[in-house]
Amino acid sequence: MVEWTDFERQTIAGIFAKIDYETTGATALARCLIVYPWTQRYFGNFGNLYNAGAIKINPLIAKHGTIIVHGLDRALKNLDNIKDAYTELSVLHSDKLHVDPDNFRLFSDCLTLTLAAQMGADFNADVQAAFQKFMLVVVSALKRQYH
Amino acid sequence: MSLTDRDKATVRTFWAKVAGNTEAVGTNALSRMLTVYPQTKTYFAHWKDLGPGSINVRKHGKTVVDGIGAAVMKIDDLQKGLLSLSELHAFQLRVDPTNFKILNHCILVVLAITFPAEFTPEAHVAVDKFLAAVALALSDKYR
Repeated sequence: MVEWTDFERQTIAGIFAKIDYETTGATALARCLIVYPWTQRYFGNFGNLYNAGAIKINPLIAKHGTIIVHGLDRALKNLDNIKDAYTELSVLHSDKLHVDPDNFRLFSDCLTLTLAAQMGADFNADVQAAFQKFMLVVVSALKRQYH
Repeated sequence: MSLTDRDKATVRTFWAKVAGNTEAVGTNALSRMLTVYPQTKTYFAHWKDLGPGSINVRKHGKTVVDGIGAAVMKIDDLQKGLLSLSELHAFQLRVDPTNFKILNHCILVVLAITFPAEFTPEAHVAVDKFLAAVALALSDKYR
């Protein structure tokens, strides 16, 4: 089981209490598809991804970004058992969506940078460490059911 | 993932903004790395003070970011341009190359915080590719 300090719990709760799921999710996913273009392989049915401009204004990508960030709520509500909380999502990503789990790390990095840009100086080293630890645990849980 | 002409132009333009700020960016990135990735402190056991305000962190942060700025000038042939730095890191410092990725990530975080408007996804991809190319050139002489 993962040990969380009070600071980490408060920091993570604080971040999620303040973020705008729509903007943050949309921005992070668009950034991921632009910075790591091979991630576009999973979005063949999402319309125009022809260039960065198109990706940034694509409404299907924006909607999906929001869904992904809401997917993190599950971890927020189950901090003491993230591993089990993500069993079904892990099976989904492995067996139905066939997503290479390395993509979780790539999205996680883009989400981190999106938050850093939004939070500015508030995203200090300790906050960054807490958030990155949180994402690492979620990513690990998402990889668990791959076989 | 080699740098296109457009990547190089984007990096040069973007890095011009960093140029005036190298100590601030470098200090922030280095001190952030030491906190977020505590294993990196093992390379700095000879510094008494590893806090963000410490003179060592400030000086070294500036050195590293100035080094990256110098690499921007040599962007057309990083392997040749960073040869002596590669030898330094390979034979004397012997920093495990995984740490280059770690520091690069911290630099990107600081750039996102410091230049939220200019650090667009387009700038991000070019700078990310460039920093990866610098890391590769730095590890060139390792073995």
